[in-house]
Amino acid sequence: MNAKGWIVGMLLVMIQTVGQAQQVSMVKWAAMDSLFAQKSDTTYVLNFWATWCKPCVTELPYFEQTQQKYLNQKLKVILVSMDFARELTTRVVPFVTERKLTSHVWLLNEPDANSWIEKVSKEWSGAIPATLIFNNAKGKKVFFEQKIDALRLQKELSDFL
Amino acid sequence: MANIPTTMKNKFWATLFAALTVSIATTLLFQQQRAQASSVGYPIGGSVAEFKLQNAKGGTVNLSDYKDKKGVIVVFTCNHCPFAKAYEERIIALDKKYGALNFPVVAINSNDASDYEDESMDNMKKRATEKGYTFPYLQDATQAVAKAFGATRTPHVFVLRNENAKFTVQYIGTIDDNYQDPAGVTKRYVEDAVNNILAGKPVVVTQTKAVGCAIGWKDA
Repeated sequence: MNAKGWIVGMLLVMIQTVGQAQQVSMVKWAAMDSLFAQKSDTTYVLNFWATWCKPCVTELPYFEQTQQKYLNQKLKVILVSMDFARELTTRVVPFVTERKLTSHVWLLNEPDANSWIEKVSKEWSGAIPATLIFNNAKGKKVFFEQKIDALRLQKELSDFL
Repeated sequence: MANIPTTMKNKFWATLFAALTVSIATTLLFQQQRAQASSVGYPIGGSVAEFKLQNAKGGTVNLSDYKDKKGVIVVFTCNHCPFAKAYEERIIALDKKYGALNFPVVAINSNDASDYEDESMDNMKKRATEKGYTFPYLQDATQAVAKAFGATRTPHVFVLRNENAKFTVQYIGTIDDNYQDPAGVTKRYVEDAVNNILAGKPVVVTQTKAVGCAIGWKDA
């Protein structure tokens, strides 16, 4: 391959990577903090998951359906990945692309989990899957450290919307 | 004609039996769900009941086998979970360092092997051999030990102090403060706990939390 071809090839790879990476945001705890601190009447559904967590992946479609169902309401689903930061482009981005996930996907890169787990919920031992639903304007919050199904999710959300 | 009352009687008993079975099953189901949700288990200072489990390296292991040790580092771990894999080398290092000081590691796998083929006894054997585990790797087939401890995830560590064959929990939580990168660790919770116990001092940080894979429970 000549030099020109190589440069064009590299550029294509870079453009593609940038294009995909927009779908997953690598965040620090500050992003979570500002979410918890805002006072809007938006109901946030935070699902803590990972690409390799079998029960987590099973329930992803319920969160996707929920986001679609309430598109016109003040509801925002954020899938907070616990995958390793070094696997963002090799694993998380390809997973999100392949499954065509439409919800916001964050990769929370805060390896000292003991410093923040209780800020999500005092009830959380740290096991995934785990889900937090909250609305600060309404002063409501529920948390589950267990598998959740579509029915249960709808039932819990009906208290918020 | 004499058959009719007998049939009715049988029906009555069958119905009563069915009703009792359903109510007992429901009670058990709710109890189990509650236990999982609230993750009850041994508190700090609580004494640990004897257990006897199959070792992937052969034979069985009892907690009382360690009655002459100063304590035991019990690690609930498994084969498939990336958090557990990320800590595997560190668990081996803990056993090497503290095994020599009479405070060895005992690893327990409580995942439901029927749901995760990776967690079968055969795969546990393979893993222990491949990685050269210097400590027993026990299968908690009934999940009774995980429930007694209140283990919810992998890896989940319980540091036990032994005094005259009485084991008490002195630390519950994570190994250190960086699951992603051993080089980025600043706090070594398990090492600090064991060092204090070995020095006859109280453990300072007795409980921490960490992200981990939920233990795969058997369906109720």
